[in-house]
Amino acid sequence: MIAPCMSTLNQNNNSEKFTGGDDLSNFQSSRESWLGSNIKYLLAGLLTGVVFVKAEISSWYRIQEMFRFDSFHMYGVIGSAVFTAVVSVWLIKKFGTKTIQGEAVVLSDKKFHMGVVWGGLLFGFGWALTGACPGPLFAQITSGYPQIAVTLLSALAGTWTYGLLKEKLPH
Amino acid sequence: MVGIGVGGWLAAGPLANPEAITVAPATASALATLGIESNGTLMPASIFGPEQLFTSNGLLFFVLGGFLVGFGTRYGGGCTSGHAIFGLSTLQWPSLVATVSFMAGGFIMVHVLFPFLIKLI
Repeated sequence: MIAPCMSTLNQNNNSEKFTGGDDLSNFQSSRESWLGSNIKYLLAGLLTGVVFVKAEISSWYRIQEMFRFDSFHMYGVIGSAVFTAVVSVWLIKKFGTKTIQGEAVVLSDKKFHMGVVWGGLLFGFGWALTGACPGPLFAQITSGYPQIAVTLLSALAGTWTYGLLKEKLPH
Repeated sequence: MVGIGVGGWLAAGPLANPEAITVAPATASALATLGIESNGTLMPASIFGPEQLFTSNGLLFFVLGGFLVGFGTRYGGGCTSGHAIFGLSTLQWPSLVATVSFMAGGFIMVHVLFPFLIKLI
């Protein structure tokens, strides 16, 4: 799907099943109910959506300011997010925190390929044009700009096209 | 995704900031020379207004912009949260490369391609 962003947090306690890679969806060994599995993402997403709009991360202007070095705003937001993530990962490792299902948290390594460079550049172009990365796109739609659904559909077309051309692109 | 949507709606409605967004003066004047207004909203209506959908603005900002976001995210193996936030916080060097690429792409677009494209449309 559109945002494999959080996929590095793979949850699993069976090393044989673990395949690694940077494109893996959250892996969980045990089954859980549809409601149980989705409600935690709903709550996490709810908080994320509020932050996207309240911190003005979903604002096209804030992204323009960032790329023009005219404001500290986005650097502050991203910097604090990295800081929070460092502390969270450190705490998870220190206390051996388990998932809700009692499984160990496995952090998969990001693998380097040339796609990181070229894909990253293309993503940067799109980020500057739309003022949104994949997450805030959803928040733009519901915070008063339903027409951004067109951008979302186009982004989905982009992910689909990548799947189509994957074998032919330098990696 | 549904959560982000509901969260965005909550933040823009019941939890909305009563004050208008102030854009950095340097950015506002740079955008003004390109004919883009800064009037306190989250996004400029002259580009992202619903009536812009079927214009060349729509083609560039909605269709091409969205396509690049989706394609680039898949090709690069992650976006801002996956690489810049999570990757950097776990000290993964491919994520540092990706973050530098994201920023380089944005700088090139804003400073080099954008003034050219905006004249074109």
